[in-house]
Amino acid sequence: MTLLEIQNLRVHFPVRGLRIGAIPSTVKAVDGVSFTVAAGEAVGLVGESGCGKTTLGRAVVRLVEPTGGRIIFEGRDLTALGPGALRPLRRRFQMVFQDPFHSLDPRMTAGQSIAEALVAHRLAATASARRARVEDLLRDVGLDPEAADRFPHQFSGGQRQRIGIARALAVEPGLIVCDEPVSALDVSVQAQVVNLLQDLQRRRGLAYLFISHDLAVVEHLCQRLLVMYLGRVVESGPAREVCRSPSHPYTRALLSAVPSLRPSTGGERIRLEGDVPSPADPPPGCPFHPRCPVAEARCRTESPELRRTADRREVACHQVASSPQAP
Amino acid sequence: MPLLDIQDLRIDFGTTRVVDGVSLAIDEGQTLGLVGESGCGKSVTALSIGRLLATPPARHAGGRILLGGQEVLTLSSDGLRSIRGRVVSYIFQEPGASLNPVRRIGAQVLESLRLHAPSRATEAEVVRRLAGVGIPAPDQRARDYPHQLSGGMQQRVMIALALASEPRLLVADEPTTALDATVQAQIMDLLLDVQRRTGMAILLITHNLGLVADVARRVAVMYAGQIVEEAPARHLLSQPVHPYTRALIRSVPEIGVDRERLPALPGQVPVPGRWPAGCRFAPRCPSALASCATSPPGLEPVAPGHRVRCPVRPPAIP
Ligand SMILES: Nc1ncnc2c1ncn2[C@@H]1O[C@H](COP(=O)(O)OP(=O)(O)OP(=O)(O)O)[C@@H](O)[C@H]1O
Ligand SMILES: Nc1ncnc2c1ncn2[C@@H]1O[C@H](COP(=O)(O)OP(=O)(O)OP(=O)(O)O)[C@@H](O)[C@H]1O
Ligand SMILES: [Mg+2]
Ligand SMILES: [Mg+2]
Repeated sequence: MTLLEIQNLRVHFPVRGLRIGAIPSTVKAVDGVSFTVAAGEAVGLVGESGCGKTTLGRAVVRLVEPTGGRIIFEGRDLTALGPGALRPLRRRFQMVFQDPFHSLDPRMTAGQSIAEALVAHRLAATASARRARVEDLLRDVGLDPEAADRFPHQFSGGQRQRIGIARALAVEPGLIVCDEPVSALDVSVQAQVVNLLQDLQRRRGLAYLFISHDLAVVEHLCQRLLVMYLGRVVESGPAREVCRSPSHPYTRALLSAVPSLRPSTGGERIRLEGDVPSPADPPPGCPFHPRCPVAEARCRTESPELRRTADRREVACHQVASSPQAP
Repeated sequence: MPLLDIQDLRIDFGTTRVVDGVSLAIDEGQTLGLVGESGCGKSVTALSIGRLLATPPARHAGGRILLGGQEVLTLSSDGLRSIRGRVVSYIFQEPGASLNPVRRIGAQVLESLRLHAPSRATEAEVVRRLAGVGIPAPDQRARDYPHQLSGGMQQRVMIALALASEPRLLVADEPTTALDATVQAQIMDLLLDVQRRTGMAILLITHNLGLVADVARRVAVMYAGQIVEEAPARHLLSQPVHPYTRALIRSVPEIGVDRERLPALPGQVPVPGRWPAGCRFAPRCPSALASCATSPPGLEPVAPGHRVRCPVRPPAIP
């Protein structure tokens, strides 16, 4: 069953130049993205830093106004709902933020932050029920229940991140947009949190839009994977297949750059030449062509569509579309 | 003489010890990786090098920090000003928290250049520095406020700021956590290039063991306020001895390796102030002996340049 359907989503921001009188332009942070998330499915979202992942995630949970497109959640178009109609739905989609420092209120203890979500959505009737629930949630994310009485500045970065996760879980959502939820954690605690997310997915049918730079975690946790570049999806498919046999030249470069504990297993790192393009002034044709090792004349003028290349796989690349068996 | 020589450092918050007898040394031109459990005291150790911890609540409870032969812990405020930036410079874990939110990023880089390299404090140099860390359209982006940049772009601005002063020691606390693998590789190339040219030493704090394997010469592993293992990087990652290090390495997911679940340690990380009496890892340790619960192990050599805080010697990993 489809839980979330994103249709042609666009989010544009205005920017100004350094020099006085420079022409104002727009950053096309998200520029025509479509995908679906089924109930209980984990969809990974990876891509170059600045390619629009966080913006896309924030648009999904209605923290940023889309410039265009539709966001259909549990059958309702969220972009068409006013704040009043949206409020009761809000509990069903939560976000865990990339920067745990800015997402917690510094004046509230960890316990108060989590309890606040319970109160706002009337999820625990009495103070003692709330306290018990808060302690359970803290244990779920691998923290000592005593953490409830401490303030954000008294925690390490990784500990704060887990409080953010506990708070999102508190209101029993159907979808959590996780923005780099485990990147601040050591690998052992990361394993705990990833296992927890996996359990919740299986036990409660929770779905995730899981934004991460760690492709190995994404491969492990997610069923499907979207690869973004400069505001667009350039490749999508089953996470395992995309990670093991990437098609798009960007995806291949990305995977080749993942540092491994076992250096002998990896191939040569593909170094991307050239500048990271600006989303305010994207190159003509394929947005990846200036840095693409296999670009041809056509790539400089014609923007490739996202095309089906194999069962459940889509790639936006002129080169790949013509040879679906590319390594 | 090492550039940085931390000896038996102890830091308290109030009455709670959070860093408990840490010793670390880094030579000029070298990279030391510091890894370990979240909350074990890596950032607090790192912050104390430039005396960046607020005191109180933090309190220096013992030990020495020698930076370029100078004792940092007793420096006057003038002395501190002269080492911050020029001798030690930082890239922090949370870029959002250390950039000034109400100033344009170009102005922040310019200010840092003015402070440390006045002759080069020009708008063109600012744009060059931003381009150097891979900010697209740097002349436009210089006018942005931090909140208009993605997390990874904020991190790159931080890196440009930290390098502007051409420090002898760069303390990089999770410098690439917010970056994708290609930009991460590019940034590490940049840092290593600066290191080759200037002999800058790097203290690299990270959870990314693959990154440590790639760039660090030595690695120290921390658990509950102490170093539990220290060795040359390749050696530590292929032949870890401490059960905590072994558990960490087992938990790393790898692309192309199917696992139903990621191996995680049982139990919780102990909170400072409630560290177990004997070995701090004993309650979660798969190979603990009865004596581990009562007698705290010392950091002992097991091979040249390899020290471990554990009496158990596991069989070698094939
Ligand atoms: N409020 C804003 N005003 C102007 N530009 C913005 C704003 N928020 C984001 N952007 C721009 O939109 C683009 C996408 O940013 P976003 O934060 O979504 O990237 P990201 O993929 O999450 O990157 P990272 O991996 O570094 O976190 C970037 O170019 C960013 O600078
Ligand atoms: N201002 C403070 N007051 C009280 N305790 C603090 C304070 N700052 C840090 N701590 C505690 O000191 C310990 C060490 O924190 P530190 O930030 O050094 O951890 P870390 O190893 O860097 O962890 P992470 O990998 O999560 O960043 C933590 O348990 C933290 O809760
Ligand atoms: Mg982001
Ligand atoms: Mg830290």
